[in-house]
Amino acid sequence: MSPIQTSEYIHELTLRECIQCGKCTGGCPVSLKTSLNIRRLIYESLISDTVSPESHEELWDCTTCKTCTLRCPKGVDPCGLIVTLRGALVESGRIPSTVRDALKSITVRGNPLNMPPQDRTLWTEGLDIKYILEEEAEVLFFPCCMGAYDPRVQKVARSLVKVFQEAGVDFGILGEDEICCAHEARRLGEKELFEGTVEQYQEIFSEVKAEKLVALSPHCFNAFKNEYGELPFQVLHYTQFLADLIKQGKLKPVREIPKKVTYHDPCYLGKQNKIFDEPRFVLQSIPGLELVEMERCREWSLCCEGGGGRMWAEGTNIEVRLSHERVREALETGAEILAVACPFCMAMLEDAVKTLGLEEKLKVLDIAELVAMSLG
Amino acid sequence: MPARIGVYICHCGINIAATVDVEEVVRFAQTLPNVVVARHYTYMCSDPGQALIKQDIEEYKLNRVVVASCSPRMHEPTFRSVVAEKGVNPYQFEMANIREQNSWVHSDVQAATQKAKELVAAAVAKVALLEPLEEREVEITPAALVIGGGIAGLTAALDIAEAGYKVYLVEKEPTVGGRMAQLSRTFPAMEDARHLLAERIKQASSHPNIEILTSSTLREIEGYIGNFKATILRRPRYVRADRCTTCGKCAEACVLAGQIPDEFNAGLSRRSAIYLPFAEAYPPVYTVDPQNCLYLKEGKCGEGDTPPCVAACPEGAIDFSQKEEELERKFGVIIVATGFDLFDARLKPELGYGRYPNVITALEFERLASPDGPTGGEIIVNGKKPQSVVFIHCVGSRDKTVGNPYCSRICCMFTAKQALLAKEKLPEAKVTVFYMDVRSFTKGGEEFYDRARGEGVLYRRGGVSEIYRKGDKLIVRADDTLLGRPVEVEADLVVLATGLVPRKETEDVALLLKLARSADGFLAEAHPKLRPVDTASDGIFLAGTCQGPKDIADSVAQARAAASSALMYLIQGKAKVEAVTSKVDPEICSGCGLCEAACAFGALKLDPKRKVMTVNAVLCKGCGACAVACPSKAIQLSHFTPAQTMVMVEALV
Repeated sequence: MSPIQTSEYIHELTLRECIQCGKCTGGCPVSLKTSLNIRRLIYESLISDTVSPESHEELWDCTTCKTCTLRCPKGVDPCGLIVTLRGALVESGRIPSTVRDALKSITVRGNPLNMPPQDRTLWTEGLDIKYILEEEAEVLFFPCCMGAYDPRVQKVARSLVKVFQEAGVDFGILGEDEICCAHEARRLGEKELFEGTVEQYQEIFSEVKAEKLVALSPHCFNAFKNEYGELPFQVLHYTQFLADLIKQGKLKPVREIPKKVTYHDPCYLGKQNKIFDEPRFVLQSIPGLELVEMERCREWSLCCEGGGGRMWAEGTNIEVRLSHERVREALETGAEILAVACPFCMAMLEDAVKTLGLEEKLKVLDIAELVAMSLG
Repeated sequence: MPARIGVYICHCGINIAATVDVEEVVRFAQTLPNVVVARHYTYMCSDPGQALIKQDIEEYKLNRVVVASCSPRMHEPTFRSVVAEKGVNPYQFEMANIREQNSWVHSDVQAATQKAKELVAAAVAKVALLEPLEEREVEITPAALVIGGGIAGLTAALDIAEAGYKVYLVEKEPTVGGRMAQLSRTFPAMEDARHLLAERIKQASSHPNIEILTSSTLREIEGYIGNFKATILRRPRYVRADRCTTCGKCAEACVLAGQIPDEFNAGLSRRSAIYLPFAEAYPPVYTVDPQNCLYLKEGKCGEGDTPPCVAACPEGAIDFSQKEEELERKFGVIIVATGFDLFDARLKPELGYGRYPNVITALEFERLASPDGPTGGEIIVNGKKPQSVVFIHCVGSRDKTVGNPYCSRICCMFTAKQALLAKEKLPEAKVTVFYMDVRSFTKGGEEFYDRARGEGVLYRRGGVSEIYRKGDKLIVRADDTLLGRPVEVEADLVVLATGLVPRKETEDVALLLKLARSADGFLAEAHPKLRPVDTASDGIFLAGTCQGPKDIADSVAQARAAASSALMYLIQGKAKVEAVTSKVDPEICSGCGLCEAACAFGALKLDPKRKVMTVNAVLCKGCGACAVACPSKAIQLSHFTPAQTMVMVEALV
C-alpha cells in the first residue's frame, strides 16, 4: 500500500498542539510491554509528510482505553491517531486475519462472533421477554453480541433479565432485529461499517417507543451514548440503571453474600465515562458483601486488554498479559470474587484466572450475577 | 461658523500606501463638502506630519480636521493635542481607520482604495456635525487604598506612604504577609524568605502614613477616580490588641489545642482555636477562629462559666464581647493586590494527591523545608526521611483538561530551589525532576537551573501520567521522552509543582471594582504591553499575582510600578475625565432604570425627586450602552449622536 499523507489527519486530531510531554505514553497500559509509543507516532506524523502504518505492527496492541487522550494536557486525541492509522490498514486490507474475519462477520451476520443471526435470541429461552418492535416497553435492553451468543456472558444477560423482572421493570429487546453496534469495528478502523450501522439503527430506533436504553456492555453503552448522535431515549449502562432501582426502593438485594469482593473498572465505563460510583453502590447494597479496592482502581484502573477490538487482535508480546497482572492485583486485596461489569473484562479476566490456575481462589462474576444471587 | 475641514491621508510607510492609492483618495477628498484642503504624507504622526496640520489650520483657517491613518486607539490622542495646540477643539477631530480596518486586511488595491474613500467620506460627514466638548478635571483625595497585604500590597503601600500620602491597607486574614510568609527560601539567591518579608512588614507596620486593617474585607466601594469611598468590614479578633503580649498561654489552654488544621503550615500541623498565625505576624495579637471556637459557636466552653483561654490569659486580653465594625475610608486611588490561589491538586486524581500522604504540594514542601515549619525544617514524611524524592512540573498549569492553559511561570524555578533544598537536607537521597520544558527566564534563572543539575538533581524529560502505590513505594509513571520509552520510577516522596490560579474571590473583587478579567481568569490590565499595571477603570491599579502568575521579584516590580502610577495622580492632585459622556433628556426619560442595569460603571442613578435618570459625568466612560438600552431614546451620547452617526451611515452605504 502507499503510505498515508499526514496532512490528512494532523489537523483533525489537533496533533500540532502536541508538546511531546509523553503523558500519553506514560499512561498507556501496554506501552511498558510492547513497542507501542503513541507520543513517538505523533512526532513521526508531525515531522513527516507520510507515514507507513504497515511498518507499525504495534498499532494492533492498542486497547483504546483512551488513557492517552484523557491525560493529554493539550486536548490532543492520540487514541484517535491509532484508529486513523488502523483505518488506513483496513482500507488496504493489510490486517490480521482474525480482525478480517470479525469485521466480515459483523457485515454479513450482524455479530463479530461468526454466529448465525437467527440464533440471536436463543439466550432468552424460557424467559418471558417482550419483543419491543411489536410490544411497547419503557426500557430497551441491549445485551451486546457477547450477551446474545457467548455462553459465559449469556449467563450475565439472563441474570440481568431476572433482576429486571424482580424489580418490575417494563422492558423489551430487539430480538432478531438486533445487530452488532459496531463499536469495536470503529476502533479497529472500520469507519464505514460503523457509519452504516448507525444509519441502520437510526431507522430501527425510530420505531422504538422506549424511554431508556440499558446496555449490558460499556462498549455498546459508549457507542449509543457518545457516538450515535441524538437518540430518542436516555442511554444507560446497567449499573447506573440498577443503582437507580435500588435508590428508588424497587430493587432490594436481600440474600447475604458474605464475601470479599473487589471491582475492576471497565475503561469504557470508568475512565471514559466517569461512572465509578454506581457499580460500587450496587455492590455495597448487597448484604454481607465486603468491597475491597485494588490499588489501581477508578482513574488508575488497569486495562484488561479486551477493548479496542483486541478480542480479535492478539497484539505483540503475548507473553505478558495485563489481565494476568490484574488478577494478581485482585488476589492481593484478599478478595474471593473479582466483580466485573463488562463482557470483555469477563472474558479476559476469567481466562487469566484459568491460565494462572487460580479458579479455587478467585471467581470472576459480573455485578449483574451478584445482584441476581442476592435476590430473595 | 461654517465647517472648514482639512483631510490628511497617511501612508504609514508602506503599511497603507502599498494597498491604498493615497493620491486617488486625496483627489476624492477634495471634492467632499466643506473640505478646504486635502493632503497625503508618509507618516502623519511624525513631527513634520503634525507640522503640516498645524500650518494648514493657520493658513486655511480650518476648524475641523480628519486624519485617515491607523486605529484611533493608537494616535487619536496625538492628533487631538495637535489640533488643540492651534485652537481647534480636540473633539472636532475625527479619525478614519484605513490601516487595521482596510490596508492590513485587504490585498486588492482598487477595492481597498474605494473602501478608504468611503471611510474618509464618512469621517468628513461626521466631523462637520461634531460639537466642541470640554475636558474636565476632578480633585484627588490625597490617600490610597491597597487591597491585600502580601508582598505586593505591602510594597505598594510603603512606596505611596514614603511619598507622603496616607495609605489604608486592607487584609482579609488576621495578619499581613500573604503567601510569602509560608515560603522557605527564595530563588535564585536562596535567601531566607521569612527574613526578607519580616523586614518589609516591620517597615509598613511602623510607618506613620500606613493604617493596616487586618481581618477586614471591603463591603462596598463607591465614587470615582479622586473620590472613592469604601465601607470596610472589620471582624473581631476577640483579643484586645492593647493587652495581648503573645505569651501563648491562651492557645495552650484552648480545649481544641492541636486539633484544627493549621493553614499557615498548609494543614501539616494543628493549631488551637485561638492562635497567632506565625511568629512575625502583624499585628502581633492572637486571634480567635470563629469557625471553630466552641465558646463562639455554642456559647459555652470548658467546665465553668469562664472559657479556659480567658482564664489562662494573665493580661485579661480576651474579650468575647467584641463586635464586627464597619469603617469608612476616603481615598483617591486604589491598588488591587489580592494575590492567587494554589491549584487544587485533587483535580488531577491520577497523581494521587489526597490519596497518598507522601504525595504533597509544593507549598507543603515549603513548610517542611522551613525552619519554623512543622518539622523544624527537616524533610520527614510518614516519620521517615525519604530516600527518593520526585518533583513533578506543570501540575495544573499548561493543562487544558483543568481549564488552565497558561504557564504559571514560577514553578520551574521553585522546583529547582526545592530540589536543591532536598539535596541539601537529604544528601543521600536521589532527587529527580520530571519536566516538560524548563523555563528559567528570570534573572539568574538559567544559572540557578545549572546549579541544581550540578549538585546532582536529575532532570528527566517527560510529563508524569500517573502515580500509584506498590508495597511501601510510590510508582511514578512517565514517558522518558529522551530515552524514548516509558519508565516507572520508585519514590518515597512526590512533590507536585502546583500552579497558580486566580483567587476564588476574584469575581467578587472584579464586580466590586468593575474590573475586567482576562481569559485566564486573572484581573485584566488595560494593555499587556503599554499599560501593564492600569485597569480599564481610572485610578485603579493592579499589583502582584492578582494580574497573573509571577515571582516575588516581578510582584515587587509591579507593585512599585502601580504605586508610581497611583502617585502620578496623588502628586498632581487632579485628573482629567472623559469628555464624551451620556446625557439624559429629562423631558423624555420615564425613569425605568434599564440604562442603570446596562451601565458597567455605575454612572446612572435615579433622581428620586424628579423620577428621571441622571448621569454622573465623572463615572461615565462614554461607552454608549445606556443610549442603546433606553427604550424611549431619552439618552444621547455626545460625540456619537444619532445625527452624527446617520451621516456616516449615509456616506458608507
